[in-house]
Amino acid sequence: MAEVKNILLVGVGGQGIILASKILAQGLISAGYDVKMSEVHGMAQRGGSVTTQVRYGKKVYSPIIGKGQADIIVSFEKMETLRWLDHLKVDGKVVVNDYEIPSAPILIGDAKYPENVIEILKEKADTTIFKAADIAKELGNIKTMNVVMLGALAKAMGLEEVDWGKIVKNNVKEKFVNINIKALNKGMEQVK
Amino acid sequence: MKEFLTGNEAIARGAYEAGVTFVSAYPGTPSTEILENIAPYKEHVYAEWAPNEKVALEAAIGASIAGARALAAMKHVGVNVAADPLFTYAYTGVNGGLILVSADDPGMHSSQNEQDNRYYAKFSKVAMIEPSDSQEAKDFVKIALEISEKYDTPVLFRVTTRICHSKTLVELGEREEVGIKPYKKDISKYVATPANGRVLHVKVEERLKQLEKFSNETELNKIEWNDKKIGIVTSGIAYQYAKEVFGDTASYLKLGFTHPLPMKKIEEFANEVEVLYVIEELEPYIEEQMKAAGIKCIGKELIPRIGELNPDIIAKAILKEERQTIQYDEAKIVGRPPTLCAGCPHRGFFYMLAKKKNIMITGDIGCYTLGSAEPLSAMDTCICMGASVSAGHGAQKAFEFNGIDKKVVGVIGDSTFFHSGVTGLMDIVYNKGNAVTVILDNRITGMTGHQENPGTGYTLQGDKTHAINIPLLCEAVGIKKENIYIINPLDLDACKKTIDEALDKTEPVVIITEWPCVLKKPSPEDIEKFGNKRTICKVDEEKCKACRICTKTGCPAISFDEKASINEDMCVGCDVCLQACPFDAIEKVGE
Repeated sequence: MAEVKNILLVGVGGQGIILASKILAQGLISAGYDVKMSEVHGMAQRGGSVTTQVRYGKKVYSPIIGKGQADIIVSFEKMETLRWLDHLKVDGKVVVNDYEIPSAPILIGDAKYPENVIEILKEKADTTIFKAADIAKELGNIKTMNVVMLGALAKAMGLEEVDWGKIVKNNVKEKFVNINIKALNKGMEQVK
Repeated sequence: MKEFLTGNEAIARGAYEAGVTFVSAYPGTPSTEILENIAPYKEHVYAEWAPNEKVALEAAIGASIAGARALAAMKHVGVNVAADPLFTYAYTGVNGGLILVSADDPGMHSSQNEQDNRYYAKFSKVAMIEPSDSQEAKDFVKIALEISEKYDTPVLFRVTTRICHSKTLVELGEREEVGIKPYKKDISKYVATPANGRVLHVKVEERLKQLEKFSNETELNKIEWNDKKIGIVTSGIAYQYAKEVFGDTASYLKLGFTHPLPMKKIEEFANEVEVLYVIEELEPYIEEQMKAAGIKCIGKELIPRIGELNPDIIAKAILKEERQTIQYDEAKIVGRPPTLCAGCPHRGFFYMLAKKKNIMITGDIGCYTLGSAEPLSAMDTCICMGASVSAGHGAQKAFEFNGIDKKVVGVIGDSTFFHSGVTGLMDIVYNKGNAVTVILDNRITGMTGHQENPGTGYTLQGDKTHAINIPLLCEAVGIKKENIYIINPLDLDACKKTIDEALDKTEPVVIITEWPCVLKKPSPEDIEKFGNKRTICKVDEEKCKACRICTKTGCPAISFDEKASINEDMCVGCDVCLQACPFDAIEKVGE
């Protein structure tokens, strides 16, 4: 089913990935697509690896994306990109937040955070890298990192025609609307 | 109007639309959100958390006998707990329609096993329905209730993690008020004595024949004809995966009503196609029955019976197609296991308990199971809800009886204690055991995302209620007052002293650690009892001797790079690292 597009959002529990995916899915629905989204629950809330999968097209069957099938991976945390890289199409795109969250084995000194993640990614795939955390901090709230990533994704997927601002508005508290719309635009600017 | 709903949200909506008025459940991933999404329909549906799944189903059965449409929901292992009433309610039959949602977890995303609960329908002789997306999840609830009432049977509503937690578009409908059926006393139907049961069993067998006829006729089991070279029999999410792989190049028999199976329809389908595959997740539930009926098919020879299914597995198994993937050195990736949160109240107690030598720690199901991981490693076993206390008792007796000098400590959470820990504690008292029982009371059901329980003082639908007093309950069970310790688990000295004293006793002991879950929105009662101050801890780099003891607490806010440091965005000032540091190099800020 070539006409179905597959987006994989990966990162760590607490980064706002589920919210970003919800906004993404609503945007795609508003554009008239059939959409399926699969999210991870349970243990992942406790600092584990988190992924959501969004598939859209004329008609979607499976809610999950298999290996070698993602058109794009949007990664909220550097190392998590590597964990899911086998799901990317060989000619797929990667959008990476240059941000590290050490996992438990790293914190207790059993392992080292992998080196050269960015170099590996660049060598293997069409990769866009930027520091969403810094952008979000500059805007005044690190928590908007997820919407920065969403903006970058919308641009990378060529989904600019969707009225993202309106959908963001429907999904965040009123006092955070402006900062999130700024975050969205900043994210879009990151991708050429 | 179309909405984008998870299967769980859709089931909740379905119950609302179908005129259900009573629902009960015990939280368990992946089923939890069903009740959370029914709860807001307060005006139309009464919803409650039960102390365990057996109680949830029994309460729903009571409501059904009283004439209400009723729903009980649980995860797959919960049905093991509820199996006792299920098997007998299958005999008596219903008054108001009753569905039991079993949310299975292929792939064990958050479970201790991956049992296939379709066999429960066959074993208990009830009707079964399996939706394959959120639209069906909503629509099938109503159909299931109609089947339940028409055929006088409970219906097993079987879903899986991928159905529960995937969002797909759903066309909503209106609620239909079906009211309550009149209740009539009927001893021969509802009193399961042996004499009545013998009569009822005959009825059950007759009912199954009628249900099989229905199964052959219903549109829930439908054939999609395409090319007849390949025919596929499938159900649940496996249908979507099969469609993904074969599209319009194969014909399908999609089964939505899967107990009893429509053997006639299957046979007709089988006769028309050249090669017949059965594509089902986990066990060969459909395949076995087809083969027993002499229908030639290919199933588990190719499709694995372990783990969650996906389109890749099907494509590889049947079409021998393998996707091209990017090759890279996966060994570089460090694992990211779930951990106890920064500030988790279980950490302090586990940190001290794990220091004790010569003890066995029997664990349980909940957040605190994560205390089994390094560096805390504070657990020897974890079997099922409640087993920390009862398995702990058994282990202690075995050690004693065989002359082995080893003490056993069972650790269990508040919700799990109410679920099935208290019966284990009765076992200890009654049978003169002396295992130590620790009730880690974080004032909420933590792991599943903060559901109220009998100890919290609030109901599912937000009403204030009586909170069970755990120390008094332990006393009532027979633990002597002087053997019940109530401590703050963040106070390491208190933990140590209490653990030492408890291990020295020859009578049964209960330690209750009281501190709210760090992620919980504190109730007014919590704030009154535990305060609400915000502080954080900081490392004084001058004083830090790089001994790394603070990292041994397993706090995700602490990292080490020549010196220790604390992530101030994560730290909540629980103090455990401060107390663990032998060089006073950690200080508190913001008091």
